[in-house]
Amino acid sequence: MLRLELRKEPSRAMVWLTPVLAVVMTMLAGMILFQQLGYDPIETIRLIFVQPFFDPYSRSELLVKGTPLVLIAMGLSLGFRAGVWNIGAEGQFIIGGLCGGAMGLAFYDVPGLWLLPLMAAAGAAGGFFWAMIPAVLKIKFNANEILVSLMLVYVAELLLSAMVSGPLRDPDGFNFPESRLFHDSAILPLLIPGTRAHVGVLVALGAVVIGYVLLQRHMFGYQIKLFGQAPRAAKFAGFSQGRLIAVCLGISGALAGLAGMFETSGPVGQLVPSLPVGYGFTAIIVAFLGRLHPIGILFAGAVMALTYIGGEAAQIGMNLPAAAINVFQGMLLFFLLGMDILVNYRVRLRRRVA
Amino acid sequence: MGLTRRPKVRASGPTKIKNGINPKVAAVESPLFEAKGLLKQFPGVLAVDDVSFSVGKGEIHALLGENGAGKSTLVKMIYGVLRPDVGSMKMSGAQYAPARPSDARASGVGMVFQHFSLFEALTVGENVALGMNKAPKAKELNARIREVSEAYGLPLDPTRLVGELSVGERQRIEIVRSLLQNPQLLIMDEPTSVLTPQEVETLFGTLRKLSDEGVAILYISHKLDEIRSLCQAATILRGGKLISTCDPREETAKSLAEMMIGRELAAPQQVDWSHGASRLTIERLSVASDEQFGVDLKEVNIDLRAGDILGIGGVAGNGQDELLDILSGETRVRADGILLNGKPIGQLGPNQRRALGLCASPEERLGHAAAPDLSLTDNVVLTARVRASLTRSGFIKRRAAGDFARSVVERFGVKTPSADVAAKSLSGGNLQKFVVGREIMQKPDVFIVSQPTWGVDAGAAEIIRGAIRDMAKAGAAVMVISQDLDELMEISTLFSVIADGRVSFPVPAGDMTIEQIGVLMGGQTDANVEEVSYAEA
Repeated sequence: MLRLELRKEPSRAMVWLTPVLAVVMTMLAGMILFQQLGYDPIETIRLIFVQPFFDPYSRSELLVKGTPLVLIAMGLSLGFRAGVWNIGAEGQFIIGGLCGGAMGLAFYDVPGLWLLPLMAAAGAAGGFFWAMIPAVLKIKFNANEILVSLMLVYVAELLLSAMVSGPLRDPDGFNFPESRLFHDSAILPLLIPGTRAHVGVLVALGAVVIGYVLLQRHMFGYQIKLFGQAPRAAKFAGFSQGRLIAVCLGISGALAGLAGMFETSGPVGQLVPSLPVGYGFTAIIVAFLGRLHPIGILFAGAVMALTYIGGEAAQIGMNLPAAAINVFQGMLLFFLLGMDILVNYRVRLRRRVA
Repeated sequence: MGLTRRPKVRASGPTKIKNGINPKVAAVESPLFEAKGLLKQFPGVLAVDDVSFSVGKGEIHALLGENGAGKSTLVKMIYGVLRPDVGSMKMSGAQYAPARPSDARASGVGMVFQHFSLFEALTVGENVALGMNKAPKAKELNARIREVSEAYGLPLDPTRLVGELSVGERQRIEIVRSLLQNPQLLIMDEPTSVLTPQEVETLFGTLRKLSDEGVAILYISHKLDEIRSLCQAATILRGGKLISTCDPREETAKSLAEMMIGRELAAPQQVDWSHGASRLTIERLSVASDEQFGVDLKEVNIDLRAGDILGIGGVAGNGQDELLDILSGETRVRADGILLNGKPIGQLGPNQRRALGLCASPEERLGHAAAPDLSLTDNVVLTARVRASLTRSGFIKRRAAGDFARSVVERFGVKTPSADVAAKSLSGGNLQKFVVGREIMQKPDVFIVSQPTWGVDAGAAEIIRGAIRDMAKAGAAVMVISQDLDELMEISTLFSVIADGRVSFPVPAGDMTIEQIGVLMGGQTDANVEEVSYAEA
C-alpha cells in the first residue's frame, strides 16, 4: 500500500526535482494523448522537445517566445509569492502593447533614439494602470483580484480591436483593422541579425537579476515572502497589506505591459487584433514551473517557449491540432501541482498492519 | 523496566458500581490499558523510546514530562493518530492497535485535546455530532447531551452556538463528546490550562465521578499540585524515556519536578522594587472588536512605571488578544489613547512603536509571532530590524541578522541545529524561548508578553522569568498576560484580571488571594454563578 508521510522539513531536493518530474510526466501523458489521437507518439515528442534545438531559426525563436514569458512570469511570481493573484497579465500585455504602439504611431515617421524608451515607458505605464484597477478594487472593496483581472483581459481585447478598427487604423490599409507598420525608430533593434530575436531579451534577463536581488536581499522580497506564508506575522511585523497588493499588481502589470510593447514593436511591428497569443496565461505556468524563483523562471520560460515552437512545428509537420498542444501545455501545470505533494510528503511503500 | 503498581486507596466518596463490576476490585486484577515497549522514531528524533506503562480501571493516571519529553507522541499513539514503530498495546487484555482515531473510539478510548477542534459557527450539538463515529439524530443527540452533561456536572445547552461560549464551556463540549461514546479510557491533554480555579474544581469533581464509575483517565499536565491532588499514579517521561512510575500523592511537587527535568530546581528570589517614571499609560480606552467573535475592550486604564511587572490574569478569550493587538499596534486606536514615555502612540503601527521602545510578543508563536517557513535568521528581521539595525537602505544585513539570531539562541538555550532552520521545525517550547528572547534582547522600555512560558520547560521558564525581572530592574515596564496564575503570582509586582474586555484595577500582587482572583476571573455573569453552585453542590 502506498502511504504519504509528512516530512519534518520540506525537501529541498524535491523543490527542484518536481518540475523536472512534471516535465517527464507531461511527456509520458502527452505520448498517450498523441497515440490516442492517431499520431506517432515518439516522433511527436521528438518534434516538440528535440527538433527545435537543431534548427538555428528555431533556436532564435526560443528567445523571441521566451522573452515575454520570462518577463511576465517574473512579475507574476512576486505577487504569487505574496498571495496576490494577478491572472490578467494577458490584458496588461495587450494594454501595454496598445499604449506603446500608440506612442510610436503618435510620432510616426519622426526619427530619434528617444522614441523607443518613450514607447517602453508608455507600455509599462499602460500595463501598470490596467493592473491598478483590480488593485484598487481589492484594497477598497475587497473585490477578488482573480476575477477582476481576468475579466479585464476581455475588456482589453475588445479595446484593442476597437482602437485598430477606429482611431489607430492604417489610413492606407484598405479598411483592414490594423495600424500602420511602425517606422524604423519605433522598431526594436535586433540582437541577432537575420532573426527576430530583439533587445527585449536583455531586458528580460535584467528583470530576472533585479528580481533575484529583491527577493533574496531586500526588505521588499522579505515582505512578499512574509505575506505569502503568514499574513498575521506580516501585520505584526508592521507591514501594510494594501500597499503590498498595489506594489505587486503594479510591478507585474508594468512588466506585462513592457512585454506587450516589446511584442508590438519587435516581432509584430504594428498593432493588430491578433496581438495576444496567450503569453499572459502561459506565463502563469512558467511562474509555477520555475517555483516562483527568478532562476527557475528563466529555465521554465525556455521549456514553455520550446513547447510553443515545437508545437508549431508539430502542427505544420504532422497536422497536429492546435488544441492538442494547448492540452499538452496545460498538462504540465497539472502535473507540476500534483507533484508538489512530494515536497512536503514522502511516499512510503508499506504493508498493511494486520 | 520495573513497573510499580500501588493498590488504589481513595479517601472518600461513594463507590458507584457500573456493569456489575466494582472498579476498585477490578483495578487490582488486570490493568485496563497496557503499553509495552512503545517506540516512535521521527526523522532525527527518537520521540518515544521503549515506554511501557499500564492504567487500571478507574485510575486517574498522570503523564508528566517537560516539553518535548514525548507525552504528546505517546498519547497520539494511544489515540490512533500515530502508529508506534515498535511495541504493542492492550485494552482489557486484548491486542489494541488503532490505525486511526475512530478505531480508538470504537475500542473505548476517548481524548480531549488541549486545542479544541470546534466550529464556532455551529451549535454545540452539531459540533458533538461531527466528532462521533455514528451520530444519532439531532433531537436524540441533544437529549443525550443534556442527560450526560447534567449527570457529570457539566452544564451545556446543545442548541447554543459555540462562538458564544467561554473556553471552559467549550472544553465541556469536548468532554461530553467523548463521554457520549462511553469510553473506558479518557485521555485529557492539559485540561486545566484554560480554566478558572472554580472551573478546575468542577472539572475535578467530574473526573473523580468518572473514576468512581470505572473510567480510567490519562491526565497530561505540568501543574504538579493538581496532579498530586487528583491522580493515583504518575508516569514520568524525560527525553522520550520512561523515568519512573510513582504515586504522586507520596511525592512533593519539588521531587516530581526534579524527576521531570532531571536536576534540582532553584527557588525564585524576592527582589525589592522601586517605582520609577511613567512608561506606558492607557487612559479610559474602549475599543470595539471588528471580529465576529471578538471581545470589545471596555474602559481600559493602565499606568505602568519603570520597574513594574504587571501580571494580567484571566480566562482565555476575555480580551487578551485584543489587548495585545492594541498595544502591539496591529489595531490602531486614537492617538492619545496610549502614551509611551509620555508620547501618544495610539495611531502608530507596530514598527514605529518598536522604534520608540515598545516591543510585544503575542501568544500564538507560529503564524503570528514567527513565520513558520522562514529561518530563525529571517524571523529576527521580523521584529528586530529597527532596534537591532538589521537593514541598510532597504537591504537586509544578513550577517548582523544571523549574529542576532545566534545570540538569542545562545542566551535562551534554544535547542536548534543552527539559525538557518525553519521556525516551524523547532518544538513549541523552543520556539517560545526564541520569540520571547528576540524581544527581550532588543532591550525595550516597555515589553508586552502573552503567555511567556507556555509550553516551556522549567529550566527555560526560569531563564525567561529571570530575564523579565532583570529588564524591570533595569528600568523597563513589563506587562505579562497569562492564564497561568502560579506564574503570575511568582513574577508580578502588580496584578489585575481581564474579564469580558474589562481590566481590573492593578493591585500589588501580594495582596490578593487565589479565591479573590478566581471570582474576578469569572466576571459577574449568570453562567458563572451557576458554575459556582455546581462546584459547591
